[in-house]
Amino acid sequence: MTALADTQIEGLAMRKPWYEVSKTLLRKYPLGAAGALVVVVMIFLAVFANFLSPYDPESNDFEHMLTPPGLQYWLGTDQFGRDILTRIIFGARTALFVGFSCAIIGATVGLVFGVTSAYFGGRFDLIFQRIMDIFMAFPLIIMALAVVSIFGTGTQNVIIAITIPFIPRCARVVRSSALAIREIPYVDAARALGFTHARIILRHMAPNVMAPYLIMLTAFVGQAILLEASLSYLGLGVQEPTPAWGLMLQGGAEEYAESAPWVAVYPGIAISLAVFGFNLFGDSLRDALDPKLRSQ
Amino acid sequence: MYKYILKRIFLMVPTLIGAAVLVFFLLRLIPGDVCELRLAGTGLYADPADILLCRQKLGLEDPILVQFYDFVVGFFILDLGDSMWTGKPITFEIGLRFQLSLQVAFMATFVAVIISIPLGAISAIKQDTWIDYVVRAFSIFGIAIPSFWLGIMIILGLLIYTQIWFGEPWMPPIWYVSPFEDPISNMSQLIWPSVATGYRYSAVATRMTRSALLEVLREDYIRTARAKGLMEKIIINRHALKNSLLPVVTVIGIEFAFLMGGLVVTEQVFNLNGLGKLFVESVLNNDYSMTQALVMIVVAVFVFTNFVVDLFYAWLDPRIRYA
Repeated sequence: MTALADTQIEGLAMRKPWYEVSKTLLRKYPLGAAGALVVVVMIFLAVFANFLSPYDPESNDFEHMLTPPGLQYWLGTDQFGRDILTRIIFGARTALFVGFSCAIIGATVGLVFGVTSAYFGGRFDLIFQRIMDIFMAFPLIIMALAVVSIFGTGTQNVIIAITIPFIPRCARVVRSSALAIREIPYVDAARALGFTHARIILRHMAPNVMAPYLIMLTAFVGQAILLEASLSYLGLGVQEPTPAWGLMLQGGAEEYAESAPWVAVYPGIAISLAVFGFNLFGDSLRDALDPKLRSQ
Repeated sequence: MYKYILKRIFLMVPTLIGAAVLVFFLLRLIPGDVCELRLAGTGLYADPADILLCRQKLGLEDPILVQFYDFVVGFFILDLGDSMWTGKPITFEIGLRFQLSLQVAFMATFVAVIISIPLGAISAIKQDTWIDYVVRAFSIFGIAIPSFWLGIMIILGLLIYTQIWFGEPWMPPIWYVSPFEDPISNMSQLIWPSVATGYRYSAVATRMTRSALLEVLREDYIRTARAKGLMEKIIINRHALKNSLLPVVTVIGIEFAFLMGGLVVTEQVFNLNGLGKLFVESVLNNDYSMTQALVMIVVAVFVFTNFVVDLFYAWLDPRIRYA
């Protein structure tokens, strides 16, 4: 744990101009920089989708159904005559919205659960961990399937479905870090001063498990995007006409795969690239934040 | 040791019961049930009396705790009952599809192992060179690429290339044939889903092999081996790799337990009639008994695999305390 604190101090001491810092980071983590670039491009696309995309993502144009890629439609059109490039750009919005919502909610609730479990310890911890075990034992996709079939489909429910299985995964990782923190005397000191449990957990312990929290959070974004795509592909996720990458692969993509391969190819590339970017970034972040897992 | 094993087995029971509670009540929160769906599913009018009769026959009118008791006891005495949708015994329905899913799972594991261990080892030995970066990018890409899309691409590639090479498109066979009857037909059907699933599966194992080997290579005994002039090949193969495979075995074991969940999507793409597809169908049909049975099997396999992996770990590395 002291090693972790050292890196944080090291990070604070690094008071160089930002371009110097980014140059060092670029040299030290070339893959992470590539990932960050993908993430930045994706955020840019999502924010400025209205200005960047040439067409309307939801309006059908039956005169231009399944047009091959060309000058007019760079990536072609789908079976409803909608421009694929436009739908991919708008799809970045859906993907990022779902990805960040699930990751932030899942990791944060997991953080609170994990620290609470470690702080109280004893029988509470044991029972709490068994409950987390139960949720962990459910394969992610099966859990999501069950939630979606109860609450129905749609973007919000997809977020719920993906977030629930994230919570125990983050809670477990955070708990193991928090167990070490609880042994540091300042927690006893805080208790002796008569602080409430909630205050000790949130103000004093939670900030010290930020490294595993951030690692889990970035890992979750990529996973959430992938899960959303899988659920939408199975018809259990985001519904038409909302542009979403997984949805673009459902239905039309398989049917027309042979005669119009562009319908199936490009959305898949978008999903892979996005998740790839977040994973590369997350990996480097893990290397930078957690010296125990550092590949060096 | 025996005390430890007993304790671990004892701890599996609450997890299983918890999972049973979870799946049982989750399913009953879903609006509608199998009888309404079967009798009035396509918008037809159904006599409420018929629905009631059907519900009584399936035991859905019993008090909820009685239903739950029957389900849990049935699971522990290994009597899974009948499917509410088809009316056939669940063991029969699962048996029909088990062979296919198990074969894909084994083949995917095989693909994953032959990709991940050599690649992970090379990546670790050539750390921070371009080879390392390529392997790492390849394995991170394996996690990023949606397996269903990879499946679509494989099918598309097969269609296009067979068209070019043989003049007519070729598709993998649709019907499952046991490998003992017609190995060629069986392989040409299942090799593709296995590759699509195996690549993704290999990604995690490759990364694990790499980081585990890197850790071992920093150990003192490796330095000793180098100092006494042992050939690098022997150091890697006999001393380093062998000791670094422990976490890799864990990852492969745990991922294997999760394969059934992962197969849900792959089976959909390749239109395979396996357990994953059965699961999706039974959820959509509100087939409580079948869904419960499948979830409990997955959870049981997962919990049991974890247990075996832990034991294996303790057996391989005696320093691990049975705390």
